[in-house]
Amino acid sequence: MRRSMIAGLAAGMSFLAINAAQAVEIDYWQYVFDTRVQAMDQLIANFEEANPDITVNHQTFPYADYQTRVVAANVAGQGPDVVQLFYGWLDNFIAGELIQPLDPAVFPTEDIEGEFFPIVSAMERDGQYWGLPTAVRSLALFYNKNIFEEAGLDPESPPQTLDELLAAAEATVQRDGGGNITRVGIAMGMAGQDHQWWREGLIRQFGGQPYSDDGTQVTYNDEAGIAATTWQADLYRGDAPVTQIGFMDEPQAAFRAGMAAMTIDGTFRLGAFSEITDFEWGVTELPANDEGVRSNYASYFANAIGVRAEGEELEAAQKFLAYISSPEAMEIWLEVVGELPARQDVALTEENLADPIYGPFLAGLEYAQTTIFVDEAAQRQVAIDMETRISLQGQEPADSLAQAAQEEQAILDAFYSR
Amino acid sequence: MSAAVSDTSRNGLWDRFSIGQKRVIWAWTFLALPIVFYGAIRFYPTFQAFWLSFTNWDLLRPAQFIGVQNYVTLVNDPQFWQVFRNTFAYLIIGTPISLVLSFLIAYYLDRVRFMHGFIRALYFLPFLTTAAAMAWVWRWFYQPPPIGVINGFLGSVGLPAQPFLRSLEQGLPSIMVTAIWAGLGFQIIIFMAGLRAIPSTYYEAARIDGLGEWAILRKITLPLLKPTTVFLVVFSSIGFLRIFDQVYNMTTNDPGGPLNSTKPLVLMIYQTAFSSFNMGYAAAQTVVLFTILLIVSLLQLWVLRTR
Repeated sequence: MRRSMIAGLAAGMSFLAINAAQAVEIDYWQYVFDTRVQAMDQLIANFEEANPDITVNHQTFPYADYQTRVVAANVAGQGPDVVQLFYGWLDNFIAGELIQPLDPAVFPTEDIEGEFFPIVSAMERDGQYWGLPTAVRSLALFYNKNIFEEAGLDPESPPQTLDELLAAAEATVQRDGGGNITRVGIAMGMAGQDHQWWREGLIRQFGGQPYSDDGTQVTYNDEAGIAATTWQADLYRGDAPVTQIGFMDEPQAAFRAGMAAMTIDGTFRLGAFSEITDFEWGVTELPANDEGVRSNYASYFANAIGVRAEGEELEAAQKFLAYISSPEAMEIWLEVVGELPARQDVALTEENLADPIYGPFLAGLEYAQTTIFVDEAAQRQVAIDMETRISLQGQEPADSLAQAAQEEQAILDAFYSR
Repeated sequence: MSAAVSDTSRNGLWDRFSIGQKRVIWAWTFLALPIVFYGAIRFYPTFQAFWLSFTNWDLLRPAQFIGVQNYVTLVNDPQFWQVFRNTFAYLIIGTPISLVLSFLIAYYLDRVRFMHGFIRALYFLPFLTTAAAMAWVWRWFYQPPPIGVINGFLGSVGLPAQPFLRSLEQGLPSIMVTAIWAGLGFQIIIFMAGLRAIPSTYYEAARIDGLGEWAILRKITLPLLKPTTVFLVVFSSIGFLRIFDQVYNMTTNDPGGPLNSTKPLVLMIYQTAFSSFNMGYAAAQTVVLFTILLIVSLLQLWVLRTR
């Protein structure tokens, strides 16, 4: 009696084991953003069709506590097999042992470096790659064609240099009788994307470099940095500014409402701006400096393999990661989300380059930089505070920049000294 | 317990207890649930926070004991002292204004018969509204021209536009106005309940003795309203010391800004913990907040105690 029970149990267990071998389940985590969730659902459906033995559980969390969830799950001894992360979180995710390096046998380093845009190197540490992006984002200048036309500017030839940008902003800004700005020439704010434009765009265009090559030192507090910061600050200070920080709360809100002739924003804003029906808008590359030098900031969310994936699950996770980084997945992502493919050959097709909207963003990718953040929110706050000291306290850009450099260096030191 | 032990005690352990003992056992049985709940949900995390404040835990790596290092950092952090001043500004300005205002409104509303219920409901309405929704509406009120309603009004009567939230001086008062307005309804209702609880015979006697309104207010209403006032002072102080929703929602682009001029302690704790993942440092700030709340509450109870 007892023996038969044990035999039965054993048989049941082996049956379960066979079942498990036939059907592997893996968890995929990302944050909630409508189109991203839709695109991923579509990718998972395609993947499961091609791999009937693998089931992918798609779980999403609000962006505000996404990182906390991943970290907390890991503390509790759980976590996803494939996880999405912002490239800037990589050091924290490695230090926290949340993810494992990609196996070079499955994801050969030379293939990654040859096929993806160079900014993928932000996912590399000590020769090992830790994740791959599906899509990348860059910045561009959005402009309101109706306002341009009304101000006597050619809506089909948007500003191409910093001087032209300033001239266009001066031509389009509007004030009321009391001198209050009622429509800005360019909607701005470090709280939006302008801290990226300042860091990787302007500072480099004025001949500087924001950080040392290893990312541990702030290097923007020099003449180039002062020149770049002063040029940007002159847009909102002085007797006849072309913009006002905090105008309509957020730059993108001002632009959407047709109260801004221009704004600098990323690919991720295309979805929101596509709903605009009141006016025609266009996109152009970030303006060049006098010598024609352009610089852009690119960023991305990458997918990495969770530290707990082993054996069959690891194999399934690798297959899934390979699929969501494939050309097919990138095309779906571009179509559904509007984000640019991370592989050069998928992105730089003639059709995409000729596209009036994707074109300028793609062009930007070729000269884009990625900032290695250690605490993105805190580092952005340094830039916001720098701008506030200039705009509200009337501090000189050079002094404000010096203080910002000191504050940001303290953040870097605290991180790298651990 | 002196109650006699029953003869049937041999029937079982339970019967050997006296009635008094049984009562105690029952009482503790019922109390056990909330005690366990409070122990696990409230006190355990509280003590955990005390311990964490002596570590450098960042959620990712194991916590290391670093002694009082977090507190040393805190004392030397200029942002902390700025935030400390802000928190007390919310408390010291916000509490008296909101109490005086709500008392005045309750005092006069108590005498209004015309549409009394409707007016009272209007005052109470903001209290029912989500803080986040309210904060966003006010945030748009405060916008610079041509968007903000308040600046639109100022412009129409020929006054210069005010920066409100985009100002180092006006930011904190602007948020405080919203917070006071949000809490007003509740305080008015409590004050009115307190006013109604004072027996009308006292007023009648005072009027027969020929006392004026001012004397009645000073000698009867205010002294008899003391328990209500004590409750509201403590309640509203704790509310202002813990202010977060209004500030966070009205300054999301630059939380607690500009330049930390509106940032209260709770927002600093939130950012340290859930944006920088510096749990140990955040725990140290929490311990400081806990201590402040404790001292302020005890101080108020002592000052307003019944002699």
